[in-house]
Amino acid sequence: MAYPPAPQNEKGLPQGRGLSAIDGSITLIVILLIVQMWWLTASLEAYLSGHRESALPAAIVSGILFVVCLLLFLFIRRVDREVRGRQ
Amino acid sequence: MKPSDPSGHDSLWREEVSFRTADEQYVARRQFGTFLVLTSLGMFVGNLWILAKSWFFQQPLYPLRPVARAGDIAPGAVKLFQYPGEHDPCILVRLGSGEYVAYSQKCTHLSCAVYYEKGRDRLECPCHEGYFSVRTGAVLQGPPPRPLPRVRLESRGDQLIATGITLNPEEI
Repeated sequence: MAYPPAPQNEKGLPQGRGLSAIDGSITLIVILLIVQMWWLTASLEAYLSGHRESALPAAIVSGILFVVCLLLFLFIRRVDREVRGRQ
Repeated sequence: MKPSDPSGHDSLWREEVSFRTADEQYVARRQFGTFLVLTSLGMFVGNLWILAKSWFFQQPLYPLRPVARAGDIAPGAVKLFQYPGEHDPCILVRLGSGEYVAYSQKCTHLSCAVYYEKGRDRLECPCHEGYFSVRTGAVLQGPPPRPLPRVRLESRGDQLIATGITLNPEEI
């Protein structure tokens, strides 16, 4: 049985380079996620301690971290499409 | 690659299930990335929930309730009572100086019941050795992340009246 030829993408990006970019992005997302997890824990503790003034800045920072994670994820999708020649 | 439907887009299963080994690595990473971003979204929603709770927070109306008579408790002795509800155990301590202090009896770590250790003059949680200052409720040692909620007391005649609960010791 003959296997289909290896995928050729239009921009000529090698597979390994795409994987490195995706791995780097995922590592960054994981680091941001750990920071966000700590942030949520700290703001919950502050809220339960009666310090309600810190809730707004905590939500803003958490939102920024989420947006950065989303942008990195969109970057991953773009690299994935480019390398696998789906565009 | 030949599109699988008239609109020109690949169907979802072609995106997510690849028959090429090289593509599987991409699919796995993309799915893992989706999971991470959804987790990030969940934590952001958690922060928004805290913000909403803070904005719409209303100070609860605590009942006035007599908890003890002033002369009933000797210095260094304690009395247990429930406040503000029947399922909210609290501990009243008469300090050596004659002053009365009262706290929620639930440890802020995992809600074990704290007790007054007279010899060391502190409140102790037996579960994980969390210690609290008997004068302020502040954490002295151990895993509890917050001070004990303090019951506000007023002396009216010979009665000690509980008037509310303070979460933040700085408000006292």
